[in-house]
Amino acid sequence: MWQRIIALVKKEFLTLLKDKQSRLVLIGPPIIQLLVFGYAASFNLNHVPFAVYNEDPGPAARELVADFRGSPNFREVARITRAGQIAPTLDDRRALLVVHIGPRFSRDLQAGRPADLQVLLDGRNSNTALIALNYVRSIVIRFNEHWAAGHGLAAPPAHLAVRAWFNPNLESRWFIVPGIVGLLTLVVTMMVTVMSVAREREQGTFDQLLVTPLRPVEILLGKALPGLLIGLAEATFIIALAVLWFRVPLLGSLATLYTGVSVFLLSAIGVGLMISSLSATQQQGMVGAFLFLVPAIILSGFATPIANMPEIVQKLTLLNPMRYLMIVLRGVFLEETPFSLLFAQLWPMALIGVVSLALAGWLFRHRMY
Amino acid sequence: MRLEGLVRKEFLQILRDPSSIAIAFLLPVVLLLIFGYGVSLDAKHVPVALVVAQPSADTASFTGAFYHSRYFAPLSLPDMARATEALMQGRVQAIIRLRANFARRLRGPHGAPIQLIVNGVDANSARLIQGYVEGVWIGWLGQRARARGVALRIPVRLDPRVWFNSELRSRNYLVPGLIAVIMTLIGALLTALVMAREWERGTMEALMVTPVAMREVLLGKLIPYLILGMGGMALSVAMAVWLFHVPLRGSLAVLFLCAALFLLAALGMGLLISIIAKNQFVAGQTAIIATFLPAFVLSGFVFDIGSMPQAVQGITYLVAARYFVFILQTVFLAGDLWHIIVPNALALIAIAAIFLGLARHHARKRLE
Repeated sequence: MWQRIIALVKKEFLTLLKDKQSRLVLIGPPIIQLLVFGYAASFNLNHVPFAVYNEDPGPAARELVADFRGSPNFREVARITRAGQIAPTLDDRRALLVVHIGPRFSRDLQAGRPADLQVLLDGRNSNTALIALNYVRSIVIRFNEHWAAGHGLAAPPAHLAVRAWFNPNLESRWFIVPGIVGLLTLVVTMMVTVMSVAREREQGTFDQLLVTPLRPVEILLGKALPGLLIGLAEATFIIALAVLWFRVPLLGSLATLYTGVSVFLLSAIGVGLMISSLSATQQQGMVGAFLFLVPAIILSGFATPIANMPEIVQKLTLLNPMRYLMIVLRGVFLEETPFSLLFAQLWPMALIGVVSLALAGWLFRHRMY
Repeated sequence: MRLEGLVRKEFLQILRDPSSIAIAFLLPVVLLLIFGYGVSLDAKHVPVALVVAQPSADTASFTGAFYHSRYFAPLSLPDMARATEALMQGRVQAIIRLRANFARRLRGPHGAPIQLIVNGVDANSARLIQGYVEGVWIGWLGQRARARGVALRIPVRLDPRVWFNSELRSRNYLVPGLIAVIMTLIGALLTALVMAREWERGTMEALMVTPVAMREVLLGKLIPYLILGMGGMALSVAMAVWLFHVPLRGSLAVLFLCAALFLLAALGMGLLISIIAKNQFVAGQTAIIATFLPAFVLSGFVFDIGSMPQAVQGITYLVAARYFVFILQTVFLAGDLWHIIVPNALALIAIAAIFLGLARHHARKRLE
């Protein structure tokens, strides 16, 4: 039995690797993507472009503006001298926010009345706006503390002491890069497995395969193993780059990480083979892969948290193997989560894998054209 | 005449293989539904653990503020060990800890510390949570001062005004951005396989012996898919406006004109891929890697382009979706601002011309 499976695996690898272009798309693009995305996919804002509209000649206003200029998060792009200039500056996205200091600012501050600082933000990208607003808020809080201390005002009765665990500098990259490991592994494995059966169907060789002494289980294994091997190689490569190039800490154990990736690959291959055996042509296979891949990536928590989704969509994500992998990857990379805590993520992936593989095997026999 | 024949053949092929129709019409619907309802960066009901070492009237008024906030779903835990465990298991995203001396230090000269521990793994959410906690804290300070009849002395008060999207609904910018991602997918996927398929099946050779010019072959592929893509666009816009209530402040004409330009660029890219790749596996793999992922990550649709490193920002200029996302967000949320639309539309024309030109250049009647 193993001899026959090995022969089939060999043949699969030959179809995949004999052609130079195919070899190239398996290796080249993932590297480029990891590098580009690792640098690009970040929610940290640097050099937020801002403009100042300062109507107050007092020293306090100058001090506050200096705080903005001195912050590495902000970059002054324009100085506004009349109210009419505010709108075009924001419209054109030359500045994300305009800091407006009214004429009574210093006077109010000196008199002990609350001085208003108006901040106008471009809300087209609401997340960016919210993050920028948070930066502004921390500058204002610091300014207030400084002012209160310098002018003998009492400190507020309570203050916040904030600490972030697992990622003390709140580096978005530490969050995104482990996610990319899962993303690229899924994409490559999916394409390899989806095309494998669909190609044979389109070329008519699948019927020949069915009349050979190979049993469906053997065909299934023969089609699944190349995907598993390629997926593992891909994952290893990307994990190495994440640790060595991007310096993302890998705190947990490799054994846990690889268990998670392997179980995930099992489910990805199962879904891939299922789609593949439903497709009569490679184009249909591609479309099927896309219809699975895109929601799987979007609803995995890769870029936006699952907790923000509506109840019903959250339930839907339970069917998505990527969802569990994201937790495993981030847990093992950053939180040093022990194996026992991750078991809750592993068994659903295993279940999805077993069910989809069984279905794929059944479809091999029962869907003929 | 010959072109008409080719277009008709392509349409028949589209109608007979449901996968093209699925790409053009099913994909936008599914994606918009999933994205529109599923993707949100607005954290609501964030689970937080409240650890109060010594409950008193002061701590109760502070924790009460969390129970009344719509941003938090607080969970009272007796000690830090329990709270740490909950954080590790992911049951809470942050811990708010009031130590035993909270009430006493509240009346002291330096004030009492409120310890906030956030799970920093998801840095973006962590920062948002911190902002929400700051909001609760400032609100509580004000309330407490009022209750005690003293004025809270805050030197500078922040007064934020958000333009274009005053409720900061992330759906308002995600849905227009998503239309760009969907159009990229449609454009590239629809065409990526069509030429590779003819090569793989050997029908390209049959086409070569006919008097049809290569230009006609390409146009014959382009026209049907452009029509199909515009159908998908119309469907997406209708869903954005009527289902998701995204305001459309600009004009439909501008929207569709720019969409046509963008589709030409996306289809051109798909054609180029399918001409260069001689089998469908390579074509499909390249289409995903060269189109969908850049449109998702490098278009400014979710991640801010201005914060990327210079080299990566340079790459984004090559991504057609970048210009289209900007146009869509502007036309939807701000209106027909010509000085934004025109340069971005010109960029789309340039990219479309480059891809179609390259496709024309590489598509020759030759055999290997």
